[in-house]
Amino acid sequence: MNTERTVVRKVRAALAAASGTVREADPAADSVAGVRPSLVASPPSTEEASALLRAAAAHDLAIVPRGAGTGLGWSLPPSSADLVIDMSSMGRVIEHAAGDLVARVQAGATIGHLASVLARAGQQLALDAPADATVGGVVATGTAGPRRFRYGAPRDLLIGITVVRADGVVAHSGGKVVKNVAGYDLGKLFAGSQGTLGLITEATFRLHPLPRAIAYVTADFSPSERAGAAAAVTSAAGSALVPSAVELDWPGGSSRTLRVGVLLEGTEAGVAERARQMSELLASAGGSPGVQVSDTPPPRWGRLPSPMPSRGGPRGFRGAAFPRPGGSGGVAPAGPARSSPLASAVVRVTFWVGKLPGVLDAIAAAGASAGVRPAVSGSAGAGLLYACLDPSTEHEAAVRFVKALRDRLGYGAPGRPDGPDGSVARLSRGSVAVLAAPPSVMAAAGVYGPVPGFAVMAAVKDQFDPGHRMFPGRLAGGR
Amino acid sequence: MATTIEALIPRLTDICGAGNVVTDPLELRTYECDGLTSHACVPALAVLPGTAEQTAAVVAQCARAGVPFVARGSGTGLSGGALPREDGVLIVMSRMRRIIEIDAVSRRAIVEPGVTNLSVSKAAAPFGLFYAPDPSSQVVCSVGGNVAENSGGAHCLKHGFTVHHVTGLEIVTPSGELTWLGDGTGVTTGYDLIGAFTGSEGTLGIVTKIVVKLMPLPETVHTLLAAYATTSEGGRAVSDIIAAGILPAAIEMMDALSIEAAEAAVHCNYPAGAGAVLIVELDGPAAEVEAELATVRAICAAAGATEIRAADDPAERAVIWAGRKSAFAAVGRISPSFIVQDGVVPRTSLGAVLARIAALSSETGIRVANVFHAGDGNLHPLVLYDDASPAETIAAEELSGAILDACLEQGGSITGEHGVGVDKSRYMPKMFDPDDLDTMQLLRCAFDPASLCNPGKVFPTPRLCGEVPGRRRATHPAVAAGQAEIFL
Repeated sequence: MNTERTVVRKVRAALAAASGTVREADPAADSVAGVRPSLVASPPSTEEASALLRAAAAHDLAIVPRGAGTGLGWSLPPSSADLVIDMSSMGRVIEHAAGDLVARVQAGATIGHLASVLARAGQQLALDAPADATVGGVVATGTAGPRRFRYGAPRDLLIGITVVRADGVVAHSGGKVVKNVAGYDLGKLFAGSQGTLGLITEATFRLHPLPRAIAYVTADFSPSERAGAAAAVTSAAGSALVPSAVELDWPGGSSRTLRVGVLLEGTEAGVAERARQMSELLASAGGSPGVQVSDTPPPRWGRLPSPMPSRGGPRGFRGAAFPRPGGSGGVAPAGPARSSPLASAVVRVTFWVGKLPGVLDAIAAAGASAGVRPAVSGSAGAGLLYACLDPSTEHEAAVRFVKALRDRLGYGAPGRPDGPDGSVARLSRGSVAVLAAPPSVMAAAGVYGPVPGFAVMAAVKDQFDPGHRMFPGRLAGGR
Repeated sequence: MATTIEALIPRLTDICGAGNVVTDPLELRTYECDGLTSHACVPALAVLPGTAEQTAAVVAQCARAGVPFVARGSGTGLSGGALPREDGVLIVMSRMRRIIEIDAVSRRAIVEPGVTNLSVSKAAAPFGLFYAPDPSSQVVCSVGGNVAENSGGAHCLKHGFTVHHVTGLEIVTPSGELTWLGDGTGVTTGYDLIGAFTGSEGTLGIVTKIVVKLMPLPETVHTLLAAYATTSEGGRAVSDIIAAGILPAAIEMMDALSIEAAEAAVHCNYPAGAGAVLIVELDGPAAEVEAELATVRAICAAAGATEIRAADDPAERAVIWAGRKSAFAAVGRISPSFIVQDGVVPRTSLGAVLARIAALSSETGIRVANVFHAGDGNLHPLVLYDDASPAETIAAEELSGAILDACLEQGGSITGEHGVGVDKSRYMPKMFDPDDLDTMQLLRCAFDPASLCNPGKVFPTPRLCGEVPGRRRATHPAVAAGQAEIFL
């Protein structure tokens, strides 16, 4: 869009007039997935962010919004990045209305800071996002962890939002009451939009009380009891015991044991009794699993599967797209995360839960045919698994794996007509998305495969960001 | 325009069949309003498509001809969202009422938009599942309409609104194309268009199939009724329940006037002389609910309850809910006319806004009965007046508007569940500034650049002049026919 020096010379004065925080980008610390921005600004207010974006619009600058940077390395890199808008100067919890179970927060506040404020009143934002991620980043990336099974994703807890549009206009939607149907819900649109529609500067959430007791019930199935593990997941997810999370961990490498993990939250007596009942349920699903109850999470709970490199691997893997309490897959870099070439592939598989046995079979078969051994884990009860490929995986093998998986799951064939019997064929019922991988893998495999409603998404992008300057290139299709 | 409409008739007849295109003026009149009977407009034409493909073809014809169109479900909406256009086509979705598929293991159902809300739960019940959103009109209201309005219900305090239970939408875009939004999994890929579409009040397209989440039926349900001398005592109980970290399935309150009306209408036998009645429903695993029940009972007593009743089976529960569910129809017995208001305040501001409503009522001499979803601060003040008196009618309308102002002063909303429709579009600028509304309209432009899909709703436009909000002059046809109570 512009060369670095030209941009700096021509627009720096205009941006500086909008915000005193504009500085030159640090080539190392401020790079976004390998793309070097020219300038960084850290506006302390929505008004100043608005002034910045107006100035940026006047000079046709490409913008990358940044929270803690934990998610910047995910998905496609920006096609250009003139100005990074860093939200670290907007880190306040503006209001915690404990009696209303509502909190209004600046986008740069970290999840950890928010949690500590809310915990004083015995409350929480019921998302398993990393403590060092920011509220704005978590909303923008749609990050949710194991407890998405019960509480959903950020979109389900967000009740109000303030955004700055690409043209600098400030807009609000929703409010600070949970029940509200006045106007379009722009919060839903911005949640998960990955910075491509505008800059989120404030978010208001509904809160939940912290549970008085929790229990993790785990059931370990031998490799030959894969079907039993799948049945345990669907039984737990369909039970009236109200689990908060139903996870599956199927690591690669030496151990192929499948672990089903269920989180229960509630009162002490209630959780104890429900844990007993859940243990019976998991034990009777099929096979002969080893069942345990604990008040601490099993290893890797809410983390990427084990083949993720513990060092020297991809940055930005602390979990913007994933729930990684305490860091992801052992990667816990200090300071703002930045990008570096990704050496591994993270493939997200979504499905209707009843298809879980077939999904596990398909992952195994696609792995075998591609010559890879993916490690698999995720919120299986919510229809979500991550298959991770070892960093040593050949790019071609990763592409083969993704394509084989799409073929086997039938997600690759859009546009089929519904059957004459009324059967719904056009509904894809799942997706295989490449969340992180070397760009060549993403390009060859396709990031998402067919996306329902993509034409409408493109129209939405064109309306909100006609110049395609907000995180350009981040979305599939290069938008 | 008349000739344009006339030119559409044979084309739409080709698409839907002769019996499914309504041109007779008398028959068209049956579609002149939805649940907000104070607004009426006979459509130029009504068409009843039988399939998604027919719906798409109808919309494509309208788009090509530049004719506005409005979708209608069961017509129970309370903000005029399905108010037809005299220069437009009304697309009635009630023939599309198949439950296409229930996947019990995945806890999903695929339904057509004309399916009634309750029938989804009935179809799911044999699998031990239910569809959680339960607007009080659930016997008759359609799931497609629920999607348009993002309907809630008494139990949305715990279980959420329609938007939390929809994982896939097949829609006809305003240009007439059929597309899916989402894939039924509930995990979003790309923009959350399901979230953006749900609650857009029919302005972004027409839903033709819906994938909904089903939930396991709760193991246990307990309902408590507590009587208080005043609503502020009841309000204290509500606050204390929330502060105890308990999230009931529902918390409802009625004030003295609405209790009196309900008593007269259905002899619900609520505690005599109560100034307020609180209904608290707890659901979930027995092991949790028993403990919560004891806590809630203690809290209700400590807040000064004069009487507490418990219901542990469906029959007893129905008795407790009877008064609450009849409240709106009952108020019709003690007043010739009434306005149903729908405002929201932060839960902790309930006392303040109720005091303000009481003050407004005594200043004007207009009676207001209060029935509300206390757990989420959603008020339904019923403004009682005699429409034979023009002065009283105006005073009632002003009071109704002043209640919304009071809600906004407390940081609330002008509508919690009834929608904006034509009824409240003029209040939108009080809640949102011009930039907010402009930004929302960007979404509209992405879906419907020609502005043919339910135009004139939600956003204030010059077309809405002269209309009055929320006035209920006549009994809704569905109520008169005994198909529905008036529910909110």
